[in-house]
Amino acid sequence: MKTLVVVDHNNNKLEKSTLNTIKAALKLENVDLLVLSDSCKDICNELIHIKNINNIFTNENDAFKNQLAEDSANFIAENFKDYTNILFSNTSNGKNIAPRLAGLLDTMIIPDVIEIVDKQTFKRPIYAGNAIATCKSKNKINIITIRSTAFEEAEIGNENVGKIQEIGSLTTNNQTKYLNSELTKSERPELTSADIVVSGGRGLGSAENFQILEKLADKLGAAMGASRAAVDAGYVPNDWQVGQTGKIVAPNLYIAVGISGAIQHLAGMKDSKVIIGINKDEEAPIFSISDYGLAEDLFKAVPEMESKLN
Amino acid sequence: MKILVPVKRVVDYNVKVRVKKDETDVELDNVKMSMNPFDEIAVEEALRLKEKGVASEIIAVSIGLPEVQETIRNALAMGADSGIFVNCTSKLEPLSVAKILTSIGNKIKPDLVIMGKQAIDDDMNATGQMLSAMLNWGQATFASKLEIQDKKIKVGREIDGGIENIEVNLPAIVTTDLRLNEPRYASLPNIMKAKRKPIDEIKVEDLKIDIEPKLEILKVEEPKSREAGIMVKSVDEMIEKLKNEAKVI
Ligand SMILES: Cc1cc2nc3c(=O)[nH]c(=O)nc-3n(C[C@H](O)[C@H](O)[C@H](O)COP(=O)(O)OP(=O)(O)OC[C@H]3O[C@@H](n4cnc5c(N)ncnc54)[C@H](O)[C@@H]3O)c2cc1C
Ligand SMILES: Nc1ncnc2c1ncn2[C@@H]1O[C@H](COP(=O)(O)O)[C@@H](O)[C@H]1O
Repeated sequence: MKTLVVVDHNNNKLEKSTLNTIKAALKLENVDLLVLSDSCKDICNELIHIKNINNIFTNENDAFKNQLAEDSANFIAENFKDYTNILFSNTSNGKNIAPRLAGLLDTMIIPDVIEIVDKQTFKRPIYAGNAIATCKSKNKINIITIRSTAFEEAEIGNENVGKIQEIGSLTTNNQTKYLNSELTKSERPELTSADIVVSGGRGLGSAENFQILEKLADKLGAAMGASRAAVDAGYVPNDWQVGQTGKIVAPNLYIAVGISGAIQHLAGMKDSKVIIGINKDEEAPIFSISDYGLAEDLFKAVPEMESKLN
Repeated sequence: MKILVPVKRVVDYNVKVRVKKDETDVELDNVKMSMNPFDEIAVEEALRLKEKGVASEIIAVSIGLPEVQETIRNALAMGADSGIFVNCTSKLEPLSVAKILTSIGNKIKPDLVIMGKQAIDDDMNATGQMLSAMLNWGQATFASKLEIQDKKIKVGREIDGGIENIEVNLPAIVTTDLRLNEPRYASLPNIMKAKRKPIDEIKVEDLKIDIEPKLEILKVEEPKSREAGIMVKSVDEMIEKLKNEAKVI
């Protein structure tokens, strides 16, 4: 039995969720890592101290800079079809590539796994997390994506553990071409791995009003999140959306402001350790999952909270 | 240009789904069903391409029990031209759906398939990517912007860091994200008209595809519930609780 973790990164740095995916993989056997990038060195230097892994396979190719699913999936299908498990993080990259790879290898993908029960049995949320399904796999190859909030991070030691090895060659695809990206710039912590998340909803009323929330976030060193309604209204960028079809977060503290608490939103944050809700409607469903609720106008409560924190 | 739009019948997004007592599945009796919201977005996008004169024909396809024909009718009422109903009584998973769609794709040869990024019942987010692999077409997942130029599409994709723009040769697969458009409602005259639009029926057996599920569902259970919280009266009390009781700030 051999297990591969496909490392998620931005060509310079590891995506933190990869550490959670490796931790999950270590519940299976013989873990190797794969780095596909136009520049693998820095990423490998981060990976080499991770405990209990075997090989770190790399392929350095300009084509991998943009991580097109066509290229990555083809490469993995050609070089790793003798593996028993291939794991990805459930990031936008993982969700893009893993099912394509499963299609190439004629195997049923097992997405968004939150628990590995045994080598062929996995738990995953369905219906926006309103139910948890236990699935027994009859696949020969399990292609799995891991929900990072459900696993701890792999341990990092001082010794060089992984053996780095260049592998395979890529025939680049001629179907899909990367053009450019419009990335959201932020000095704040990354949303899915932050300790504290401050999220705003339609109740904020405008993009300008989000600034009062951002002040609170900056005081707390928090990441910013949002409901779908706030993103759809154009108050904030799409990559802030928390929920069933957005990002999944589980910080120590989640502060939901002007968010009603629709099932689809709760799906993305209800595993947070402590949840607080601030909403002027005392009947708002967000209060049913809040550890502490405050029924007050956010335009009064948020600036007051910000000024009283030090 | 011909567009194929796969549409799935799912539990309506407003329904609070409950797990059955015997933990075999969720309760589906007497539950409101609708078209998967991402598929409505897919139908809408196809209609807009037709209205712009880029597309000439829109075919909606759904796979499942006879009830899924209602979902096809919905797509027809929104404006799709015809439907394909694949009659299949066994349980389906994305691998099988992708195989069935591959077979249909090979038969009717669409230039573009637009489908949902995710069905809100199984939350798989997989069928589009699997279908692209099987057809060996390019894929543009999580689309929030789509433009057609000659034999190419330009797509803005919602990714974890923002938006990524890619160009894909046709034929291609697009999966929709929430911001692509706002789907229209079917008007009464269009609902009437839809009743006369053709739906072809295919029996899944006739496609000779292995649709045996690869994931056996052993159990469906409730998620862990959270302990009930409290309401605080003031910001001061909130800060005090966060500092001294929860110890998170
Ligand atoms: C297919 C699909 C996928 C979806 N995916 C997601 C998802 O991933 N994430 C997500 O969040 N949603 C998602 N949704 C949308 C979800 O159903 C809700 O529509 C959305 O979460 C509502 O956002 P909201 O709470 O900001 O807005 P609303 O429901 O409009 O709530 C606004 C709240 O603000 C409060 N408020 C207003 N003014 C003030 C004030 N001055 N002070 C204090 N409180 C105030 C109101 O009392 C209200 O409770 C999805 C929906 C569908 C159909
Ligand atoms: N039974 C089905 N019939 C038609 N289309 C489907 C079916 N199942 C899935 N799809 C399509 O695949 C998309 C993604 O579904 P999933 O991969 O299950 O999350 C859906 O939004 C539909 O467009």
